Amino acid sequence: MASNIGTRRLVVGAHYGLRDWLAQRVTAVVMAVYLIAFGVYALFVLPPGYEAWAGLFVPLWMKVATLVVLMALIYHVWVGMREIFMDYIKPTSIRLLAYVLTLLWLAACAVWSAQILWRV
Amino acid sequence: MSATLQQKKRPEFKNIHVTQIISYRLPAGGFASFLHRFSGALMFLALPLLLWLFDLSLTSELSYARLAEVFSSWVVKVVLLGLGWALLHHLVTGIRHLLLDLHIGIDRDAAARSALLVYFISLPLTLVAALKLFGVF
Repeated sequence: MASNIGTRRLVVGAHYGLRDWLAQRVTAVVMAVYLIAFGVYALFVLPPGYEAWAGLFVPLWMKVATLVVLMALIYHVWVGMREIFMDYIKPTSIRLLAYVLTLLWLAACAVWSAQILWRV
Repeated sequence: MSATLQQKKRPEFKNIHVTQIISYRLPAGGFASFLHRFSGALMFLALPLLLWLFDLSLTSELSYARLAEVFSSWVVKVVLLGLGWALLHHLVTGIRHLLLDLHIGIDRDAAARSALLVYFISLPLTLVAALKLFGVF
């Protein structure tokens, strides 16, 4: 047990949240890159109006890239909301219910966003 | 037996409960971090609104025109401004957290300074968003 602190902490086995910790950061970087690139383009390059805006999402690569970023967002939201629930909701049954409802809701959002993108 | 059990009672470290947040005097980094969590939760709750707006913007020329109508309501403007702040604060504190993870600016003074710097970036950008939303430019 004495060596299980600091830099020698055992982080294998059940992962102790390492996977979620890493996923939260990787998805954050993916979203930040997309958001900044997209924001700059939409604000300074894209002409106003429906044609140009909808035209942006016509190419398949843009649909796929946007959906991948939205999936990253949903994973990121799940990690964050789980953390909040773990900290503030103590009764196990209510916390479990919050997890299940959040997961179902996020799954619905994923399907909804795919449907929005593939209708363009 | 009961004496040794008494001795072995370990100290309890609890999270700050949500009702205690106001009464705690957090350091700058702690407060920025709390707002990071708060803004994240806010955006989670707004997800259906944002997807609905995205849907309206793409479905057809008609729905795109309806978007302008929705945006003209000041209630929507205030909500969107709140979400704009949430996004900017979350993004800037998020980048700060990533830098801290890379051990950049991790010593006490640098971390305290960057925790304040966050507002000097996110709040002016929010102001720009507010001016744009309320049609100043």
